[in-house]
Amino acid sequence: MSARFDLPDIEWRRVSPKQVGVELVGSAIWVLLCVAGAIVALVFEIWPVAAVVGAVAVISAISAALIPRRVRSYGYAMRDDDLLFRRGLLFQRFVAVPYGRMQLVDINRGPIARMLGLADLKLVTAAATTGVAIPGLTEADAGELRDRLVELAETRRVGL
Amino acid sequence: MTSASAARIDTSALADGEWHRLHPATPLLRGGIALVAIGGIIVANLRDRIFELLLHYEESDPLDLLIDRGWLIPALLIALAVIAVVVAGFFLAWRMHRFRVTDEIVEVRSGIVFRTHRKARLDRVQGVNIVRPFLPRLVGAARLQISVAGDASGVTLDYLSSSAADRLRRDVLTLASGARRESVADHEPSPQGSVLEQRMSELLAPELDPNEAEPESVVHLSLGRLIGSMALRDTTLIAAVVVAVGLPWIIVTDSWFALVAVVPGFIGLVSYTANRFLRSLRYSIAGTSNGIRIGFGLLSTTNETLPPGRIHAVEVSQPLLWRTTGWWEVKITRASQSRVQSAGSQSNTTVLPVGDRGDVRRVLGLLLPSVSNALLDEMVSDGMLGRGSSDDGYTTSPRSARVLRPFSWRRNGLRLADDLLFLRRGRIWRSVVALPLARMQSISVGQGPLYRSMGLAELHAQTVAGSISTRIGALAADAVQREFTAIARAAENAGGHDRSHRWGEATSAVGELS
Repeated sequence: MSARFDLPDIEWRRVSPKQVGVELVGSAIWVLLCVAGAIVALVFEIWPVAAVVGAVAVISAISAALIPRRVRSYGYAMRDDDLLFRRGLLFQRFVAVPYGRMQLVDINRGPIARMLGLADLKLVTAAATTGVAIPGLTEADAGELRDRLVELAETRRVGL
Repeated sequence: MTSASAARIDTSALADGEWHRLHPATPLLRGGIALVAIGGIIVANLRDRIFELLLHYEESDPLDLLIDRGWLIPALLIALAVIAVVVAGFFLAWRMHRFRVTDEIVEVRSGIVFRTHRKARLDRVQGVNIVRPFLPRLVGAARLQISVAGDASGVTLDYLSSSAADRLRRDVLTLASGARRESVADHEPSPQGSVLEQRMSELLAPELDPNEAEPESVVHLSLGRLIGSMALRDTTLIAAVVVAVGLPWIIVTDSWFALVAVVPGFIGLVSYTANRFLRSLRYSIAGTSNGIRIGFGLLSTTNETLPPGRIHAVEVSQPLLWRTTGWWEVKITRASQSRVQSAGSQSNTTVLPVGDRGDVRRVLGLLLPSVSNALLDEMVSDGMLGRGSSDDGYTTSPRSARVLRPFSWRRNGLRLADDLLFLRRGRIWRSVVALPLARMQSISVGQGPLYRSMGLAELHAQTVAGSISTRIGALAADAVQREFTAIARAAENAGGHDRSHRWGEATSAVGELS
């Protein structure tokens, strides 16, 4: 009974593998900071702080090892009436946002993502909990997807 | 949409698209009276002290002092100037505070030095409240609040004359409905009798505009039931237990310091309960052509209008002890987060503070007007009271989820019917939520490691922020997968054909054809 949840007959479009680099750099910085903190705490012999920060560093490093798989778990699909988005390995989440419910579409680019030519696309509805942010799209893809989504949202807009 | 300009036959003088000012007594009502009173008290109490301090002069009467020193004329002039400046300030503030209502927007400008200018789109109106605090009510003034989607305060017009507020509310709602102006005639009742009689009749009438409201409230809330419902709430029960256990303990162990921890919470609870109680007095709910009208308040009254198609979720729930009396409470989620200030700060989510099955059924009929009666009856019989039989249409938790929902697994479930999604939860604290799919923003499925090992999944329908939880967990994964697809499709359909947020357009169009 341990079947992973999945939706049948969906052709998921995956995000760029380069996104692995973006997330790796982010978590590498974090791990290095934690390690540095732990070393400082060791030098000053503050054992509890050293232990906690060290543990955080180890956990972060382990979760960094899962980044390639986590990036592969991101997916999106444009169906006739809604946009599907999935993410997560351990805690999986699938979201369907009908095109008419979109209020605005954001494109964000962090410094590392920009170097690799990637962008994040964020979808905003009237509900704060919708939480659809597709990371690791190539810039061309992101722009194209945004234009498509805005166009679809415009024609199907519903009242609040 | 042939010629909108030709249809510009007026609704009433206030909604004609021109700029208007508020009630002339506004500055006084807004705090002028308090200011004058406080100033007077301060002066009366500190007069002698101030003079002593400033002049080191022991004589008691300042007037004598002024005359002795020949300062009477300048002192009077200064006093007059101060008063003149204050009055002029109030007058200017009143003059600068203007509003207008056009076909699409309501617009307010205010401020002398720091100007504000606020526009609200009428088709985004989430509710129109008329609040009559006690003092303004005596002079026949009222505050009109137009709440819009999203942000906190919306547009507040305080104060207007009572009848003007009523007319403006009707106009705003009519314009928000998408109907054309011509379809409303101005039924302005001519004032009868003396001013005093008019005041009296306004003061006594719970609802001023007889053309607008159906006179009968569908629920009558008796004082006994209201008090009973307060006493039987879970919070009251917990407080009673705390007092019953804690007080003897404190006395026995002589640990009075423990009071410090308990008393603030207790005071909070009492004021919360008192608040709830006050705002449920003279409660009424009725359907009008422009939405549901909810009124409450004894001395300060509030009258709220909820246009159709603004309700994002409805929850019927039952605190534990209400089960013995068969009472329920109804809450809603809507897009405006505004709280009605003063007049017993109504957190505008509770539509029915307490009611029995029949009351709930009637209120549901008002809240979800487009839903068939049979379905609403089922919502009551299966959703509220049902124990979860296999033939009631609900997809419920599988037997294997017993560990997670030991009592409620039979009941815990969802049902998709008629553009509505029902979520039924709880066996001990029973509740059922109805979500109009046209208003639902998105739908998601989640599965963590625990759920995966048990073959379960969680479904979460996202709505605008509100106090109603729209998650349902511990359902079979394959059922959730099916429902997810079905709900997503139904949501798109419902969104496509739903026109309830522009409820006036349909009737206008019919009128055009004939």
